[in-house]
Amino acid sequence: MPAKASARTLAAGSSSNDAQANLFSSTLNVVLTILCALLFAFIVPPLVKFLFIDAVWDGASRADCLVHAGHPEMGACWAFVIDRINFFTYGFYPIDGRWRVDVFFALLAFGVGWMAWLQAPRRDLGVIYFFVLMPVASIVLLLGWPAIGLTRVPTTQWGGILVTIVVAAVGIVASLPIGIMLALGRRSRLPAVRLFSVIFIEVVRGVPLITVLFMASVMLPLFVPESLSPDKLLRALIGVALFSSAYMAEVVRAGLQAIPKGQFEAAMAVGLRYRQAMRFVVLPQALTITIPNIVNTTIGLFKDTTLVFVVGIFDLLKTIESARVDPNWATPVTSTTGYAFAAMFYLVFCYGMSRYARMVEKRLATGNGR
Amino acid sequence: MATERNLAPADLKPAQLKTDVAIDMIGVHKWFGEFHVLRDINLRVAKGERIVICGPSGSGKSTMIRCINRLEEHQQGRIVVDGVELSGDVKKIDEVRRDVGMVFQHFNLFPHLTVLENLTLAPIWVRKQPKKQAEEAAMHYLQRVKIPEQAGKYPGQLSGGQQQRVAIARALCMNPKIMLFDEPTSALDPEMVKEVLDTMIQLAEDGMTMLVVSHEMGFARQIASRMVFMDEGQIVEVNTPKVFFDNPQHERTKLFLSQILH
Repeated sequence: MPAKASARTLAAGSSSNDAQANLFSSTLNVVLTILCALLFAFIVPPLVKFLFIDAVWDGASRADCLVHAGHPEMGACWAFVIDRINFFTYGFYPIDGRWRVDVFFALLAFGVGWMAWLQAPRRDLGVIYFFVLMPVASIVLLLGWPAIGLTRVPTTQWGGILVTIVVAAVGIVASLPIGIMLALGRRSRLPAVRLFSVIFIEVVRGVPLITVLFMASVMLPLFVPESLSPDKLLRALIGVALFSSAYMAEVVRAGLQAIPKGQFEAAMAVGLRYRQAMRFVVLPQALTITIPNIVNTTIGLFKDTTLVFVVGIFDLLKTIESARVDPNWATPVTSTTGYAFAAMFYLVFCYGMSRYARMVEKRLATGNGR
Repeated sequence: MATERNLAPADLKPAQLKTDVAIDMIGVHKWFGEFHVLRDINLRVAKGERIVICGPSGSGKSTMIRCINRLEEHQQGRIVVDGVELSGDVKKIDEVRRDVGMVFQHFNLFPHLTVLENLTLAPIWVRKQPKKQAEEAAMHYLQRVKIPEQAGKYPGQLSGGQQQRVAIARALCMNPKIMLFDEPTSALDPEMVKEVLDTMIQLAEDGMTMLVVSHEMGFARQIASRMVFMDEGQIVEVNTPKVFFDNPQHERTKLFLSQILH
């Protein structure tokens, strides 16, 4: 069986003998190997040629990327991306306030690192930082607070990677606690709580994200007076947060179901209350085994954030969309280069998360790594 | 009272004063859906008594002792534990659970916590003891079950017998007045049964009130003040171990004993 054979190859980190045995072991295998090699040869060299060999790295305008005497073949116009990188990162965020965005990125990276490193010291404090301190600090920092000398920056000026990260981060930071509540609610003994959780989860999961976003940005203003209607970005954030919570709830529920009933009973028997039993006994175990699935959900959410551009929010993709039609950079390769940049951005983040999930999975498989 | 029916024979001084009663079950019934799992259970346990409960599987033994700390809810009758009647009142349930320790067939230790953390979790959060004091008490009980050197390990690193002794120590850390044992040795490899039984015998000698669901008949003969035999959700026979083993009064008891004592 070729699939099995190649899986074994990957696992073993094969020598050339193994490779020969696995790649050419049967007629079918030989055919598949040759087909894959052809496909590879067909795609990779032109891609490398376009993205790197013929690429233009510095320049000030479209002229540098077009075909001219010293540049016979057209390649990716990285000069365009480099020229507009600040726009892609900050959108219309005022230039003198962009350090605030950088600090936000740093705060977030610190929090993610603290949460992701399973043996980190004081992870209990990390949780408080990640779910309370950091969100509050980020809101103050990004939105501004004139009283402490930070000028107000309305969300209409936010854009690019900043918005993409904000939407993803809010989705993740909000969806975990809400998702845990919903998952517990779904198993609750109180019928009202259980009914609410089930209806919420099933309705949200039965509706595409794009519909939720349209509802939030188009329908909501119809029912709520303009003065009360919240900010456009905030509405999208709430939509994304609710949407991802429903998915997270199902992921967490799977984890809760994997914990034997005896754990909860033992916690009850030593006198712990329901909340203490959940907090100290059931959830720590359920969430640990759920980490790979949480990360997978997060990967999906991260890519889904691009949908906010349909309701007119300037995320990374939208900034690229608007920059690629700039006459100053109008070349046949500008759009391609812009999209290639977006693809790489998402690839780097999603691949990183996926590697992390794999690592945790391996650790769990080897008996909690203790 | 109807309860007298299942009480001890005259030679076994029954509990006279209310304060001597650890557990009083009066006309208890329980159903799992349609299935009538407990039928008119009447049992009064005096303080310091050691009751060993046996009977065929599915006879309701585990369900009965699980009703005592409200892991199962009874639907009819009264259960009074150390003067507190179990009802829907959450405060009373908490009160009872603080005073009743339980040891399970499958240990149910918390695998993500060290042995020491398993022992100190409830004293710290339920009894509100300072961490240091809780840890000292935990070490004391680990000494008592003879595994103080395992304090820093995780349950998964211990043998079954050691895990069950940790589970006993975990229950003792709450200073319970009553201990419930739900088939504590059934999940153990044979060579580990003795170490757990020895721990329980020691506990019995210290005067703990114990209810033990077990088929370890040698152990029962040694420590039981009374034997209880259950079948089909009913208490069939209550007797001193001597009479129970040598001269059982009921046909069903005789049959059961002949099956397990070969």
